[in-house]
Amino acid sequence: MNESTQRRRTMIRGLLSLAAAAAFYQLVALSGYFPRVLLPTIPTVLTTLYDMLSDGSMLHHAAATLYRVLLGFALAISVGLPLGILMARFKPVENFFLPLVSALMPIPSFALVPLFMLWFGIGNLTTVLIVFYAATFPMLFNTWTGVRSVNPIWLRAAGAMGADEKRLFWKVIVPGASPFIITGMRQAFLRSWIAVVGAEMIAASDYGLGWVIFDSKEFLQTDIMMAALVVIGFIGYVFERVVFGSIERATVYRWGMVRMAKG
Amino acid sequence: MLPIEIRDVSLVYDTPGGKVPGVKNVSIDIDASEFVCIVGPSGCGKSTLLNIIAGFLSPASGEIRIGGKAVTGHGMDRGVVFQDFAQLFPWRTALGNVSFGLEMKGVAKAERDKIAREQLRLVKLEKFTASYPHHLSGGMQQRVAIARALAYNPAVLLMDEPFAALDALTRDDMQRLLAEVWRETRKTVIYVTHNVAEAVYLADRVIVMSPHPGTVKADIRIPLERPRDPLSAEFLEWQKNLLRHLGHETAGDETQKSNGKATT
Repeated sequence: MNESTQRRRTMIRGLLSLAAAAAFYQLVALSGYFPRVLLPTIPTVLTTLYDMLSDGSMLHHAAATLYRVLLGFALAISVGLPLGILMARFKPVENFFLPLVSALMPIPSFALVPLFMLWFGIGNLTTVLIVFYAATFPMLFNTWTGVRSVNPIWLRAAGAMGADEKRLFWKVIVPGASPFIITGMRQAFLRSWIAVVGAEMIAASDYGLGWVIFDSKEFLQTDIMMAALVVIGFIGYVFERVVFGSIERATVYRWGMVRMAKG
Repeated sequence: MLPIEIRDVSLVYDTPGGKVPGVKNVSIDIDASEFVCIVGPSGCGKSTLLNIIAGFLSPASGEIRIGGKAVTGHGMDRGVVFQDFAQLFPWRTALGNVSFGLEMKGVAKAERDKIAREQLRLVKLEKFTASYPHHLSGGMQQRVAIARALAYNPAVLLMDEPFAALDALTRDDMQRLLAEVWRETRKTVIYVTHNVAEAVYLADRVIVMSPHPGTVKADIRIPLERPRDPLSAEFLEWQKNLLRHLGHETAGDETQKSNGKATT
């Protein structure tokens, strides 16, 4: 079986499970057991989604959310990646930061939203900072682990070939730790995506997918809530599978540092 | 192609169980372009000695000079090949691996690709320049490692049981290939092995080490013509001779040193 038929089969299987779940939902919604206003049928949700997409409002919300998440995510990587490497390479840095990281990491980002709101007000700053908080630790932790698990024989070989500290870093340590770094980015993005929706519910005004869901509650607009959920799920899926999936295929899979699961 | 002087080198390992002597008062003189094999049972300090020469470990006392220059840390006058196939960088192609040392030296890309291609041709892998290590067999990976160690043209090649993890047939091929590569490049080679036949096949001179602590037990010149025939009577005779030297460790018998100049 070649790769493209295999990929098509995977896609068909995925669509089948989605269709089965949707059919089940539709049956429950149609059964009349729950009020229609609380459990809108799939056509209603799709119509609302279509309307909101065509009048641009949904795109506006999605853009606001993506902006916050990408900004916070980028900040998290620019802090988590270098700090993780430094912690793994230099004992004093590790000694100083590890207790801090261990103490801060278990605090759910959502628990900080009210405090951040008081400090930074309602709007982008707070949501971006919440995303930053949520994403930094998985990035940092995975990088720290990845650098420490770089095979020492690579460092020896590179050293014997005259690599100085700087080139050892860029040409050996970073690529050597790449399976962990990519996993770190993945986890960081997922945490960001979860955090941003939560943060928007209380700390955003007027725009954002989380805000739209929370706002719709006031008017019992469950169809809008569902439509926003579809968009949230879709964007999350695209990042997880398409963006990080292709990064992985172009790097660690191609290098044989990570293998595909069997069957 | 530089001579190596090893003067009175000792090293002690600090382990949780106390101090363990690694090597003790080892002195060896190696001529330029000489192929020297170091053999001995495990724990005899042969790998430790190689790591000291490579500059990965610093000796507690004594010194090593390569071409008259004292060794402090690793340097580009030496190329190192390890036993572990994982020594190659998985994120670089065969060509990328071989050109790594040249890149560190600051050689321009076109030039280093050209040299790396030549080195891969030397180890008969010119068809696999674009392959990543995980697509190559163990023997091919070790050939890439040899090409990589030779690419930046070090005077000395240090090899730590590079073929020990290969199957017997591949190992024979690799030994032949290495003998050819050595004939062409005339590097000074120090080659650690526990395989006596390998030592007789490759070496101008075999240093036999004995353990606890690691010391030089015998220094034997192999005068056989090259290319050597592993099935010839003299080859087998030299193999036996070496085995007798190694056997002394347990037997404590000093009667069999007629065939080599024993130094200890």
